[in-house]
Amino acid sequence: MKNNDILLEVDNLRTYFDTRRGLAKAVDGVSFDLYKGETLGIVGESGCGKSITSLSILNLVPQPKGKIHGGEIKLHREDEVVDIAKLKRTGKKMKDIRRKDSAMIFQDPMSSLSPVYTVGSQIMEGIMLSHDVDKVEAREMAIEMLRKVGISPAEQRINDYPYQLSGGMNQRAMIAVALASNPNLLIADEPTTALDVTVEAQILELMAELQQEYQMSIMFISHDLDVIGEISDRVVVMYTGKVVEVAEVEELFYNPSHPYTQGLLQSIPKIGRKKELKPISGSVPQIYNLPDACHFAPRCPHRMDICTKKEPPTFDLGGGHQAKCWLYEEGGENNEG
Amino acid sequence: MLSYILRRTMIMIPMIILISMVSFLIITLPPGSYIDSYLANLQRMGGEVEQSRADALADRYGLNDPIYEQYWKWVKGFPSGNFGMVFSEERPVMDVIQERIGFTILISVLTLLFTWILSIPIGIYSAVKQYSFGDYFFTFFGFLGVSIPNFLLAIIIMFTGLRFFGVNLSGLMPAAYMGEPWTLAKIAEVLKRIWVPVVVVGTAGMAGLIRIMRAEMLDQLRQPYIQMARSKGVDEIKVIIKYAARIAVNPLISTVGWLLPQIISGGTIAGIVLGLPTLGPKLYDALKIQDMYLAGTIIFINIVLILIGTLLSDILLALVDPRIRYD
Amino acid sequence: MNNPKKQEKITKDTEITMGDPFKAKSHWQLMWQEFKNHKLAMGGIVVLIILYVSALFAGFLTPYNPNERFSEYQNIAPQTIKFIDEDGLSAPYVHPVVGERNMETLAMEYTVDESQKIPVDFIYRTEDTYKFMGLFETNLKLFGSAETQIFLFGTDGLGRDVFSRTIHGARLSLTVGLIGISVSLVLGLLLGGISGYMGGMVDNFIQRVIEFTLAIPKIPLWMGLGAALPQDWTVIQVYFAITVILSLTGWVGMARVLRGQILSLKEEDFVKAARAAGAKGGRIISKHLLPNCMSYILVNLTLAIPGMIIGETALSFLGLGLRPPAVSWGVLLQEAQNVRAVADYPWYFIPGIFVIIAVLAFNFVGDGLRDAADPYH
Ligand code: SF4
Repeated sequence: MKNNDILLEVDNLRTYFDTRRGLAKAVDGVSFDLYKGETLGIVGESGCGKSITSLSILNLVPQPKGKIHGGEIKLHREDEVVDIAKLKRTGKKMKDIRRKDSAMIFQDPMSSLSPVYTVGSQIMEGIMLSHDVDKVEAREMAIEMLRKVGISPAEQRINDYPYQLSGGMNQRAMIAVALASNPNLLIADEPTTALDVTVEAQILELMAELQQEYQMSIMFISHDLDVIGEISDRVVVMYTGKVVEVAEVEELFYNPSHPYTQGLLQSIPKIGRKKELKPISGSVPQIYNLPDACHFAPRCPHRMDICTKKEPPTFDLGGGHQAKCWLYEEGGENNEG
Repeated sequence: MLSYILRRTMIMIPMIILISMVSFLIITLPPGSYIDSYLANLQRMGGEVEQSRADALADRYGLNDPIYEQYWKWVKGFPSGNFGMVFSEERPVMDVIQERIGFTILISVLTLLFTWILSIPIGIYSAVKQYSFGDYFFTFFGFLGVSIPNFLLAIIIMFTGLRFFGVNLSGLMPAAYMGEPWTLAKIAEVLKRIWVPVVVVGTAGMAGLIRIMRAEMLDQLRQPYIQMARSKGVDEIKVIIKYAARIAVNPLISTVGWLLPQIISGGTIAGIVLGLPTLGPKLYDALKIQDMYLAGTIIFINIVLILIGTLLSDILLALVDPRIRYD
Repeated sequence: MNNPKKQEKITKDTEITMGDPFKAKSHWQLMWQEFKNHKLAMGGIVVLIILYVSALFAGFLTPYNPNERFSEYQNIAPQTIKFIDEDGLSAPYVHPVVGERNMETLAMEYTVDESQKIPVDFIYRTEDTYKFMGLFETNLKLFGSAETQIFLFGTDGLGRDVFSRTIHGARLSLTVGLIGISVSLVLGLLLGGISGYMGGMVDNFIQRVIEFTLAIPKIPLWMGLGAALPQDWTVIQVYFAITVILSLTGWVGMARVLRGQILSLKEEDFVKAARAAGAKGGRIISKHLLPNCMSYILVNLTLAIPGMIIGETALSFLGLGLRPPAVSWGVLLQEAQNVRAVADYPWYFIPGIFVIIAVLAFNFVGDGLRDAADPYH
């Protein structure tokens, strides 16, 4: 892909939390690119740093404990390239980016809208921050927005409070709030996890439609490989705050390279799959004081000596497929064993 | 909404009956009666009273009747605003109450406002700047506030006024103004002094309120809708005030339930030390000489005031929080 | 700040706690670890230890009997024991105070005679004896002087030593809270425990009682009850009556905390398991529920004591609590009721400073415990 197709370049991003139990490296050296118009899936078990990665991109890491310690988040805007990691969290530029370039939707629709303001006023607020319009026009646009996300009758629903809507409707309303600014970048953090399966399908469909209409890039974060497979063009797999595998979606599903990805794939039910379901044994380690080694080693069926001694680098497997695993070192498997 | 208010008011009726019983019980606990302490006082001053006169007094006030009859005699006048007689002043209790309840309520309301107006912004600040110097500073001063008993703070302020500024801060107005009609000068005098009880009583409740506001704010700031608002590009100050604080103050409204008893309680003792024209000092005097109907009525009225305050705060809460309103 | 060794230790501790029988112990260890980092709370502990130890050794630490009158020394300003004179370090000494009657006003007027230095003896034997910690007679005092009187905090209108009175006063003032809180604890545990454990009608009834108690303003209630204490009761009787009065409102907080804890714990698996295994109610409460609530109870206890100390002080101050010849901080503060007196003799207020320090210390400790008990807050 050509450089001018890139919307976002994340390079060696490190976001740490200073907690009572020590320094938690929630995101530790994450790099990936996001192209214009694509949907990038980010997958991993909870606690892998997916959400913190996405919050870092909007410079919204919870304060005062969390902080971006290093790395670059380069956003390509119309006429400039901005490194978000260097911007002040509440600075003017950052606000401008949030108003015009980016938007975010969250997991829990019920708590992601303020309970004391109407859905309409929360959409209008976003519209008025990003467009130069007055209240009346903003209201018109908000009604239009509600229609687009399939909330009807929009003229009446606009005056509803969030608790008067169902979970699915709230999720649509939240999408309306997010897209009110007409963003290039939509970050969706587990947007369907709290919904039941039918509603989930509807929301995914809606997002795909709106992506076509708005020509935006979506970063879709989920722990659910199935959902990721359905909506993504490319997938980033994360584990303990690091990217362990990147590949186009078909490549990832047909040729998973990292043992963690393989484990994830085996643990999801799939129609037509004969093989038995096998959850990954063990659990995600706490991210305090992790050793210089492959952090998946304790759970990995292919573990080798070197895995517990040295952290594997990222190996390029061709065609944009990368894996962070010693198995892919030149002749790796033939080494000491 | 109306039915909610009605329902809440209905619940208050049995509560009030119960309160009248408790109040009466408290004032009849001391052994002996007003007559005994009256006689003792007279004797101490060298006077002699004939037993027949004492008996006549006791008879007149029904002090020899069984307790339930005395109670009944007292409460049956309530609906018509008759709370019995002040023995020591030989006039209706209602007169004394009327003279003093205005200032009692005024000082309580001012104290409530003072506590809120200071603790809300401080609580917001402490939450937003968690663990900052300012946060610790206010925490420390909050602690100092709760740790200084009301009456000591009153003494400290009066002492400072007298010693360093040469002003006498006791009472609400100089003696010359007492019983005079309200003039601008009189109001000015009252304003010069009324802050003392307000500060004295208010500081005690402040620490608790700051703590609640801070905790609520921290809680709200962790909510996803805050991140959602930030991700829209809403100014941080607006995120804090319009989103977080708007919801964080709601539970504060319901703290009236425990703040008000504290204020009435603190106001009583501050009133005694400062010599205010409120109900507190009258209660003190009445208890000392067993002027039972006066003491009982003041205790009763204090608790009823608290109940009404709590009811008003519940109604207010329902008004500001749509989630409750539509229940 | 981030000492890696310490982190490791904390991590280990939490790991041990995961569902093993040593839970209570490591919970306390963890709490202590957190508590130690709370500087104000540690300071509070030190202050409290000093205060209680002083109260215990009041007889030894103070030169006089608290009710001893020195009629020739009335309303004397505090004196200081000096260790340094014009020539540098010196043996401890005081300047004596000399009184003279002003023949016009007939009042005594005192001046400090700077020209004289009277040595002060540390570890001094007086003529009178007192009971050391109430155990045996002795006449050993920390300091004193054979040639003059020493009034560190000055004297009151009757010529009594404010220092001796203040330190002795700590005995009643500081123990009222402890005893009051014990009574509250028993009441609170009983009612809160029953309320949380039984649920239903009983719970409902106790809840209403709690709400009602909360709505009663404390001071008027205490005043009413304080006024009911018969004048002819002894100090001991009044003292216990006061603790009971203070506990009448004090139990509520305890009961609420306990009920809430029990309600949430009741749903936990290990309690259900115990119940399924046929354990009796009382046994479940004492064996399973109480140990799990201990830290909350402790926090609540610590935070409730200052309220009781203030309560005693306020009541005695108003003359509705302890009365002379009992010596408590509240009784001493009766002298400070008149602001003019405080303005003329500011040292009347010294017992008040002790009240504030003690209450502040308890509040800091309680706050430290609260943070420590709830590490995720
Ligand atoms: S580096 Fe080793 S332990 Fe880690 S995933 Fe690869 S094979 Fe497994």
